[in-house]
Amino acid sequence: MRHEHLITSKQLSRADIETVLDHAAAIDADPEIVAGRHAGTLLGLLFFEPSTRTKMSFETAMKRLGGDVVDMGSVDSSSVKKGETLADTVRVIDGYTDALVLRHPKQGAATMASEFVDVPLLNAGDGAGHHPTQTLLDLYTIRENAGLDDLTIGIMGDLKYGRTVHSLAYALTNFDAHQHFISPQSLRLPREVVYDLHQAGDGAGVREHETLEEILPSLDVLYVTRIQRERFPDENEYQQIAGEYQIDLETLSVAGDELTVMHPLPRVDEIASEIDDTEYAAYFEQAHNGVPVRMALLDLLLESNGGDTGE
Amino acid sequence: MSNDHELRVSKIRHGTVIDHVRAGQALNVLAILGIDGGDGEEVSVGINVPSDRLARKDIVKVEDRELSQDEVDVLSLIAPDASINIVREYEVVEKHRVERPDAVEGVLSCPNPGCITTGGEPVTSQFEVLEDGVRCAYCGTITREEIASLIDT
Ligand SMILES: [Zn+2]
Repeated sequence: MRHEHLITSKQLSRADIETVLDHAAAIDADPEIVAGRHAGTLLGLLFFEPSTRTKMSFETAMKRLGGDVVDMGSVDSSSVKKGETLADTVRVIDGYTDALVLRHPKQGAATMASEFVDVPLLNAGDGAGHHPTQTLLDLYTIRENAGLDDLTIGIMGDLKYGRTVHSLAYALTNFDAHQHFISPQSLRLPREVVYDLHQAGDGAGVREHETLEEILPSLDVLYVTRIQRERFPDENEYQQIAGEYQIDLETLSVAGDELTVMHPLPRVDEIASEIDDTEYAAYFEQAHNGVPVRMALLDLLLESNGGDTGE
Repeated sequence: MSNDHELRVSKIRHGTVIDHVRAGQALNVLAILGIDGGDGEEVSVGINVPSDRLARKDIVKVEDRELSQDEVDVLSLIAPDASINIVREYEVVEKHRVERPDAVEGVLSCPNPGCITTGGEPVTSQFEVLEDGVRCAYCGTITREEIASLIDT
């Protein structure tokens, strides 16, 4: 991997993605191949927004590589509460660590932060912007379950604010994937994302829908995201819309047998628990894949930045 | 240039005439240039003047001021058809069309309230110039029609 920072999935070529996924698969098969490889390496975790899952999977990944993490702690107890800028925070922590992971509520935060640091910075979510490491584990899960070429995928839910959706959509333009976006009118893809997908030459591979029914039978993968109550000013409007984007076994009765259902957890009630034990469900597997994928990514990034590979 | 419409705004001796500004954009042109008359500049503005090329156009004449390339670049975002005439001793000594730059820095502010550039960080706004709009280099937001409203004055 040539990149110093991982800010958006747009910067990832097909070759980059395959390098990470292949390495993740090798680690998944035999974690020993990287055990202790980054002893003495410190990863800084800067989470300006709570995310237990992403944070813990980075922490686990780094520790399994033999390194350690330092954690800013919750925003409530940090100097951020006192009004320090993000630029100042990252400049300071940059001096302590070998790499940084940043989660921040503002869009573009990772891009800006990367201008103030020398160590590699990984964007773990910036507002409604990007979440490229989630995308890599999503792609890993898709590849394991359905393959990445000749893929027909439905991406459903809150497409407007869903950074995991934007990141995944960009990355999929590297593959022979037909992308169907299913959402209520008010939560459609932002126009800049549509613009980018067309710029990537993938205009023909992108379709927008308001209902799942018509497209469900042709899907290999259904990627479900949460529609958040707070996006709607009116509770009734939310209730009406949310119900139409929930899936249960009955919804899936018209789906192909090979359908893989994914979700960048946590879910609330988008996917009925009766689906959990079926062959469709891949969302817990998807969450578990976070560790080998992040191990692979950190291993490649730290190695290419002159870290001690223990060899 | 020298038809009778032009006489509606006075001739200038030294300075810049920004001609063929899209109708209704003259005041935005002044905003971009940071001209509010507060420094005593002599400025003439024609709004909705008849024009062969644009049907209606605006025209701005600024006495004793020659525009820099940076200023011309930014003007191009709201006045893509404008021509810039540099005047010395009542004569047009240079005449050029504006050209759209690839990017502009520090002149527009992002309309996205969720963008990091709106949050008190030590960061200069940057916009990529697209064929029909501008795009924030930080959050990616694209603005097409309302560019003038983003001008940082
Ligand atoms: Zn922005």
